[in-house]
Amino acid sequence: MIRPELVCPAGTPSAMRTAVDAGADAVYCGFQNATNARNFPGLNFTVPELERAVAHAHAGGTKVLLALNTFPPAGKVDLWKEAADTGARLGVDAFIVADIGVADYIARTHPDIRLHLSVQAAASTPESIQYYCREFNVKRVVLPRILTVPEIKLMADEIPCEIETFIFGNHGLMVEGRCSLTNYITGLSTNMDGVCSPAAQVEYIKDDEGNLSTRLGEYTIDCFSCNESAGYPTICKGRYLTPAHDGPYYAFEEPISLNLSTLLPDLMKAGVTALKIEGRQRSKAYVKSVVSAYRKAVDSIMAGQDPQISDLLALTEGQKETQGAFKSKTWR
Amino acid sequence: MHLINIKVHMLQQPTVARMQHTESKPAIAGFLQRRPRWAPPAPLFLLQPVLRRIVQKIAENNPDMFGRLGPHYRAVFVIDPVNLPFVMLLRPDPDDLMLVARRRSEISEHDARISGKFLDLLMLVDGDLDGDALFFSRNLTITGNTEAVVCLRNALDDIDDSIAEEVADMFGRPGRAALMALRRMNEKRETQ
Ligand code: SF4
Repeated sequence: MIRPELVCPAGTPSAMRTAVDAGADAVYCGFQNATNARNFPGLNFTVPELERAVAHAHAGGTKVLLALNTFPPAGKVDLWKEAADTGARLGVDAFIVADIGVADYIARTHPDIRLHLSVQAAASTPESIQYYCREFNVKRVVLPRILTVPEIKLMADEIPCEIETFIFGNHGLMVEGRCSLTNYITGLSTNMDGVCSPAAQVEYIKDDEGNLSTRLGEYTIDCFSCNESAGYPTICKGRYLTPAHDGPYYAFEEPISLNLSTLLPDLMKAGVTALKIEGRQRSKAYVKSVVSAYRKAVDSIMAGQDPQISDLLALTEGQKETQGAFKSKTWR
Repeated sequence: MHLINIKVHMLQQPTVARMQHTESKPAIAGFLQRRPRWAPPAPLFLLQPVLRRIVQKIAENNPDMFGRLGPHYRAVFVIDPVNLPFVMLLRPDPDDLMLVARRRSEISEHDARISGKFLDLLMLVDGDLDGDALFFSRNLTITGNTEAVVCLRNALDDIDDSIAEEVADMFGRPGRAALMALRRMNEKRETQ
């Protein structure tokens, strides 16, 4: 069994240092602009910050993967090209891309730097992945969260690149890189502006009885009664009314997080060589807990022991966890 | 299903339950907490110079944090430790810093409010607790300008050193002892 790379989120320089200290093999991060899919206010790296962060990570033996995983709108491609050139100059170890134009630019301009295909590309068949490998020399694919472990194993036998899968964190279920729910309500695009449910348009309203309503733009997307766990203000996790259902229901997905800790041995046996923790928008306390827990689990599996799995439920959205499609196509 | 018709309903009839303030009382606020319920509110004017010193010290030690506030550095945040008898008003403007204590009945105009138990807020500021997790468990409430709160959260979270320790150091041995007691209290709470 190949020792998998633990790929960890870093939304700030401090979170990156925390991830390195907690045992990350690689950290992924982005610039403070629309070139990455976590373009949140106050988050991400300036150029000098990334320069220092790369030096720190490399000194600790940790790789830095730069997320350029959004889709440039027509006429604005220069921002993505500049980000790639800057990343190359700062010595990042790989670019994570979704758009074929960005992939093509990097493959031609910085051929010595690895290209990883982002989950945002939603490449989920051997044919599409082979295409990216052939055309852009992609070295790794981050698989969409829609395949079972046996399907991943079949995939591994058919594609000429490494496989990375998410193991913990957000569980949004639209076709990744194609979700336009935020765009519909706020006018901003998750895939081109890099932000789902922009904070500027999120509002929480608590009533006298302790009930909490979540609003995005003009729409109320959920209301949590006083003792109920809450979730992110994302449309895919909202509760809706339709004639087909009695009362409000979670139309797409409920507030819940992915946690594949108990599937780790199966994933590793299936040929997954990189394990990704979601959460660049989360705090360094989250990074420390989740990275340490998975570091320990992976190390014990590699040592032939039963994985020691820490309880991460307190960090999950809605305080619920799922193995999603990795376990079964009918998880809901 | 038409999203345009999104409506919201509560899954269950909400039971009337106010915030429970059952956590044990932090030593640092001892002089405020020990007073009997019928006693007049603590003399907040005694706190003001201390708070001013605290916020100035944090700003001095962490000048880079202000960049993450973006356009919200002039925002006024109400920091509401729900189990203490006062709130704090924070304006993280490096040129016009403000951290003052106010009675709940005297809160002036503000942009956002962050409410939670005192120990939770302390651990949050100190990078020991995850804000999203606190929010999911309903132990943290945010109202007002969400973007300003997200910026403040990210600015504070990018500070490597412990803010609590910086503050404790300002008060020498008694400060460090108080912080130790608070951390013990938090550990005990977590293992319960
Ligand atoms: S609405 Fe949900 S599925 Fe769509 S981008 Fe946001 S988190 Fe992802």
